[in-house]
Amino acid sequence: MDQHYPLFYVFHFYLFGVIAIASALAFVTRKSPVAAALWLVNTMFALAALYVMLDADFIAAMQVLVYAGAIMVVFLFVVMLLNLGHPSEIPDARGKWWKLAAAIVGLALLSMVMTISRTRLPESLVMPRDFSVTQAAKYNAVGTIARPLFNEYLLAFELTSVLLLVAIAGAVVLGRGRESNAR
Amino acid sequence: MLAESLAISAVLFTIGVVGVLVHRNAIIIFMCVELMLTAVNLTFVAFSRFYGATGQVFVVFVMTVSAAEAAVGLAIIIAIFRHRQTVNLSDINLMKG
Amino acid sequence: MSLQQVAAQAASHPLSGTVAEWLWLLPVLPLAGFVANGLLSLNSARLGPSDPNAPHHHPHSLAAADAPAISHAEQAGAVGDDHHAVKRHRWAGLTSIIGPGVLVASFLLALSIFFAMKGAPMETPFIQRYFSWMPAGDLQIDAAFQLDQLSMVMVLVITGVGALIHIFSIGYMRDDPGYPRYFAYLNLFVFFMLVLVLGANYPVLFVGWEGVGLCSYLLIGYWFSEKANADAGKKAFIVNRIGDFGFLVAMFLLFANLGVLDFAGVNAKATELQAGGALVTAICLFMFLGCAGKSAQIPLYVWLPDAMAGPTPVSALIHAATMVTAGVYLIARSAVLFSLSPVASLTVAIVGAVTAIFAATIGLKQWDIKKVLAYSTVSQLGYMFIGVGVGAYVSGVFHLVTHAFFKALLFLGAGSVIHAMHVAYHRTHSHDDAQDMRNMGGLRRFMPVTWVLMWIATLAISGIPPFAGFFSKDEILGATFSRAQGSTLASATWLGIPGSSLLYAIYALGLISALLTAIYMTRLMLYTFHGPNRTGATEEGYLHEAPWVMTGPLVVLGVLSLIGGWLNIPKIANDLLGLGPRESLHHWLEPVVGGATARIAAGGHHPSVTLEEILIGAAIVIAVAGIAIAFARLKPARLVPKREARQEEGFERVLLNKYFVDEGYDRAIVNPTYAISRNVLWKGVDNGLIDGFLVNGSAAVARGFGWVGSRLQTGSTGIYAWAVVVGVIAVLGAFTLR
Repeated sequence: MDQHYPLFYVFHFYLFGVIAIASALAFVTRKSPVAAALWLVNTMFALAALYVMLDADFIAAMQVLVYAGAIMVVFLFVVMLLNLGHPSEIPDARGKWWKLAAAIVGLALLSMVMTISRTRLPESLVMPRDFSVTQAAKYNAVGTIARPLFNEYLLAFELTSVLLLVAIAGAVVLGRGRESNAR
Repeated sequence: MLAESLAISAVLFTIGVVGVLVHRNAIIIFMCVELMLTAVNLTFVAFSRFYGATGQVFVVFVMTVSAAEAAVGLAIIIAIFRHRQTVNLSDINLMKG
Repeated sequence: MSLQQVAAQAASHPLSGTVAEWLWLLPVLPLAGFVANGLLSLNSARLGPSDPNAPHHHPHSLAAADAPAISHAEQAGAVGDDHHAVKRHRWAGLTSIIGPGVLVASFLLALSIFFAMKGAPMETPFIQRYFSWMPAGDLQIDAAFQLDQLSMVMVLVITGVGALIHIFSIGYMRDDPGYPRYFAYLNLFVFFMLVLVLGANYPVLFVGWEGVGLCSYLLIGYWFSEKANADAGKKAFIVNRIGDFGFLVAMFLLFANLGVLDFAGVNAKATELQAGGALVTAICLFMFLGCAGKSAQIPLYVWLPDAMAGPTPVSALIHAATMVTAGVYLIARSAVLFSLSPVASLTVAIVGAVTAIFAATIGLKQWDIKKVLAYSTVSQLGYMFIGVGVGAYVSGVFHLVTHAFFKALLFLGAGSVIHAMHVAYHRTHSHDDAQDMRNMGGLRRFMPVTWVLMWIATLAISGIPPFAGFFSKDEILGATFSRAQGSTLASATWLGIPGSSLLYAIYALGLISALLTAIYMTRLMLYTFHGPNRTGATEEGYLHEAPWVMTGPLVVLGVLSLIGGWLNIPKIANDLLGLGPRESLHHWLEPVVGGATARIAAGGHHPSVTLEEILIGAAIVIAVAGIAIAFARLKPARLVPKREARQEEGFERVLLNKYFVDEGYDRAIVNPTYAISRNVLWKGVDNGLIDGFLVNGSAAVARGFGWVGSRLQTGSTGIYAWAVVVGVIAVLGAFTLR
């Protein structure tokens, strides 16, 4: 795993990483839901950049299109719809003891995840150095994903489409409300 | 780059968790959950860079499910808002006993 | 030899096939008496106890004070000797036959076994093994009885003197509402005492040991409706218990090191122990702790004077003749062990000597006639321990036998006196103390037979020849002196002091105690029987001799006190005066304790005839001097009745209050124990720890779990989110820490 990366690469990797984290921090500390949502969008963008740097072009595009372009838009729709955009007068977050406890819990979680991620993974599973590049050259970006998706994971793919159908139906039902009953 | 990616992902995930615990506004909490999912996506992509395409396939699925979940969840929030005129979790306490 | 081997040999024992096969019947007879009398007692259990010394609530007869409203005519067979009709117990007649009857039968059986033994001389004990009592791996204890010369002596004393006391009790306890209960307890006591002396191993002996302690408690507190009597019973039992702890530890040590607990086995293996070593000394000292408790030596003698709260025949049987001698018997039984440890034997002798003189000084100033006799018993027990302490086991047992005779006589005589005083006070409805010597005086005019017999006993206890006590006391003192001159004891050191000096000191203490014994016994006789009568003019008319059912046994005991000493006349007497069978008790007990005696006396030599004559002469002179001093210094005419007596002052007061030992124990031991029990054990442990922490605490814990569970179901989403996160951390933690 000790490949030598060009400085340009490393610098931008860290840059986008910092942007992502800073945006996430800003996101959780905003009082206004709209501001928070926009900061989250920013985080998505930074992450998309990271995906590109990790040779996952298609995923990066999907991230921008689906997450930032669709999901966050839906969020903003709901916020506007319910007129929740104003910064709330009463403090949104819970009391300071709560925050302290949450901070401790967060630190614990973080340390645990970091520790686990340090476990040595078997060397045999590591692909050769230029794997994704060669893959991409062979199949282009979309093909890299499509090939396993429609071969090994076909069943999961079909089920996911069923899931989407159910979700649409559910969202429509739930969102419809009972105005027809309120006489 | 794997270690750094994992570190960033862990930090983002933790921020998401803390956000869930701390906030009272249901929408903000929801968005924190999305943040968590995105952080996990980063992990998958990072692994996929070094261990094969399966990671990116998973990301596709995660995104899909996340979208579905966002839709349904927001529909629920709208439904609750209709009844309680609030999305503050402290006020949505019918089950409190 | 193991018990099994010995038992196997029993088939070829000289005694097998003779009447000795009925050995088991000896204790079973009193046991049957206990059961029968107990049933009779339970049958009419509505009648309660009554203490004749207790303050009466209305001036009716003693029995009527407690009996329910039954007309006098209903009681059949009631014969009164005063103008109130006395309600005797319904079953009194039957009990009077069963209670003493089983004892007499036991005694006759014992006699026949004794004659069988005389006809078939035996070197090894005759053991009857009944069943395997505690088979537990290495520990193999059988329920077995052992008959040898030593236990035969004890059995004869117990059943013989016991039978006489039972007969005496027929008259003494005549009007007691709990008549069958009394005889039931008394029979039970004899049963346990016989188990004690017949046991073939230490555990069976211990069963008897504990049993007599129990019966002592039951009988001391016989009139338990008076708190003082119940307290005295409690005190006796608890102090005994302290001694029993020592006995148990000794048994544990024995088993841990020798692996056997039966007497035959222990005697065979004891020589494996290092002579004079720490182990055998420890075993003997712990055993002596048990003896100190049971036989009322310092520091555990305090229960015996209080035990006088029981009926007088009980005091005679248990606290003079038999139970308190169990300690001496135990040491004689374990003679092999004690002879291997000079330090322990010296300790026994020293404690015996100190107790003897200590109790004698207290006895000098007591006014209650029974208390004088109680302290006298403690003192004489000290003598017996001197005897077995210096290795003169035969002498110790000899004194045990003679002491049983004259002390029982003294107690029963005192019982007759008290009985007469009670009757007299009863007639005049006086509430004076019937046991205080200051209220007596001049009783020889009214009770001449008792007077003569008590004088016989007094001369015996003082050690005037040819009465019983002289021979036994003199033997003990003589043995002490000759050990002092040369023996394993003399060459040993006790806490740095050379053994010979200690033995000379013991001898001196013994002589002084003899002097004091003569003084206080003569004092008792003077104040009770001589001089003017202080009971009161009206009461005087009612004082009379006890009926023959009570005086008869006294006569028998008187004869025994006279000639009992001739059991073991020393050789010198035979040489000088040509008297009696010489040293028959020595020869009789030789197979049992001969070896141990020789081991202790090794290194000494038989004292010269002149020395022996000097020692005997000294003893006689001391005894006579004591009586003379008492006659000269004590003026019974100067006494006044108790209610008019002045308070004692100075050293007299110290003596009267028994050196305030009981008060000292109270402050040092009893009160701190109460305080610890109340504050630490009751409030701290029982209330706080067990009730509060364990009982209420576990309930609180359960409630706490419930509370925690309830907090998980609040319905508040924030809490649910927390729960999820905490769960995640827990799972991750498991992975992290793995």
